[in-house]
Amino acid sequence: MSLLELKNVSKIYGDLHALDDVSMKVEKGEWVAIMGPSGSGKSTMMNIIGCMDKPSLGEVLLDGVDIARESGKNLTTIRRDKIGLIFQQFHLVGYLTAVENVMLAQYYHSIPDEKEAMEALERVGLADRARHLPSQLSGGEQQRVCVARALINHPEIVLADEPTGNLDEANESIVVELFHKLHDEGTTLIVVTHDPEVAEVAQRTLVLRDGRLVKETVNDHFTGVIHYND
Amino acid sequence: MNKKRKMYFRMITASLMRRRSRMLIALLAIAIGATILSGLVTIYYDVPRQMGAEFRNYGANMILVASEESFTLEDVDQSMSYIKQNELVGVTPYHYETVRIHELPVLAAAMDLEQVQKTSPYWNVDGDWAASDGELMIGKTIASDMQLGVGDSITVTWTPSAGDAEAETTAQNEDELILDNEMEMTITGIVETGGSEEDYVYMSLADMETLTGTVPDLDIAEVSVSASGADLENYKNAITDNVDAVNARLVKRVTASETTVLSKLQALVLLVTIIVLALTMITVATTMTAVVTERRKEIGLRKALGASDQSIRMEFLGEGLLLGGLGGILGSILGFAFAQAVSINVFSSSISFRPLLVPITIIVSVVVTGAACMIPVRSATDVDPALVLKGE
Repeated sequence: MSLLELKNVSKIYGDLHALDDVSMKVEKGEWVAIMGPSGSGKSTMMNIIGCMDKPSLGEVLLDGVDIARESGKNLTTIRRDKIGLIFQQFHLVGYLTAVENVMLAQYYHSIPDEKEAMEALERVGLADRARHLPSQLSGGEQQRVCVARALINHPEIVLADEPTGNLDEANESIVVELFHKLHDEGTTLIVVTHDPEVAEVAQRTLVLRDGRLVKETVNDHFTGVIHYND
Repeated sequence: MNKKRKMYFRMITASLMRRRSRMLIALLAIAIGATILSGLVTIYYDVPRQMGAEFRNYGANMILVASEESFTLEDVDQSMSYIKQNELVGVTPYHYETVRIHELPVLAAAMDLEQVQKTSPYWNVDGDWAASDGELMIGKTIASDMQLGVGDSITVTWTPSAGDAEAETTAQNEDELILDNEMEMTITGIVETGGSEEDYVYMSLADMETLTGTVPDLDIAEVSVSASGADLENYKNAITDNVDAVNARLVKRVTASETTVLSKLQALVLLVTIIVLALTMITVATTMTAVVTERRKEIGLRKALGASDQSIRMEFLGEGLLLGGLGGILGSILGFAFAQAVSINVFSSSISFRPLLVPITIIVSVVVTGAACMIPVRSATDVDPALVLKGE
């Protein structure tokens, strides 16, 4: 059984089909990139996978549960327990320190544990910046705090929306390196990106256009073989 | 404290402490409301005392009269034991007697010359108050009619009445009538009141005793009590019921107007207090609405991280209540200063600190802030977390 499966998913706003009959699967431990131009349906798909929206049609099976049928309250619980979110604009709480921002995710999930939060920051190389406020951190550092926050509750899936969109090249490399590390540790990653360089380091790249899945590329980094499914 | 609760307080205090400039505005709104509230309530409770003191300038508000013919100083002392000593401004016993000055009959009031300054503070004395033996004051009318002035020595003559025991005894023994007792006295002051008090001469009870040769019985006693309404009525009843020789009566023109003015003033202060309370709620609600609106993104993020609506409500409510508590503490301190300033400027006297008002102000402030937060906090949970992902 796949960790995530979308079956004929559509999201319709009046005459607009933001997603149009999309089907896809993501296996446990897989690293998938989703690409597409603006308005292609990437955000809609992210919202649906991230349990922040429901499809108009179709099924979304997360760990075997059809989240399209769940109530808003249950979706909050599923999001909290199974999904780690990484945002383009980091979205750290400005008046909480780095470690407190990480603990915030723990607070809503279970029990805040400062030691564990410090270890998560250590994983992203920010242990020495733990007591700093977001305004005292660089963009790259803020994104790494965001990654630590997404990982703190050991989610089934890490969902990253343009994680390198606001970063310079050096920080982009650091974040991509972090994703490699997470992938090696068995974390399932779904990354929405505009950046082909970020997309091609994933195992698989899905391309959306006008709400439809138009292309799937399998990037086999070990064999160097690239498969295209148009 | 468990880790979850610890984190809750950590977040709330961090929000207040690290967003000082924003929260200062909210705190200021609450503190100003609490200050005016606390100040007005202090004034509300102090108005009777302050106004009572003001009204005491208009003279006594209770008189003691004899239930039969006369009464004594012991009866007055017994009567005063039914009045709280801190509320008793003064009591002046009076004995009236007809005397003659320059062969003209005038009414002399013998009294306690120290106490009369407390019960009749509106008397204007040209010269000095009579203090020692042989001194007296005369009303302005008498001074004018008899061409008398301050410093003049006069002979005060008293003629015992036909029924006077001592005079009769003297007449039988000596076989002659010794009718007049005389006493040389010095005028120390001219009494001006604009009323009937100007038709009297005033001397001490001791001088009257010397002049008449008998301990004077009392005709009346004026009592000035710093109380009004029901309290004053209770004192009156207690004296009348317990002291046989005395009937206590209230000076209606003073007590009635005092009660009317007090009730109107208190009603006004109460009304202003209620209006201030309502305004505070509106201000706090507006400020909290601004705070919530400003933090929509943060709310969206919290929801995206899995926060329940209840959890978000509790966090904002916690911030509001903490602000309310801080505003209440600040308000009770500033409120006392405000009430003190009003009291000194309006009533020219300081106000007493009421410790009970501190917890009351804090509780009211917390409750008002909590209630004012309810609407914006409710709307806080309507935020769509997807907006955060979209970066809107």
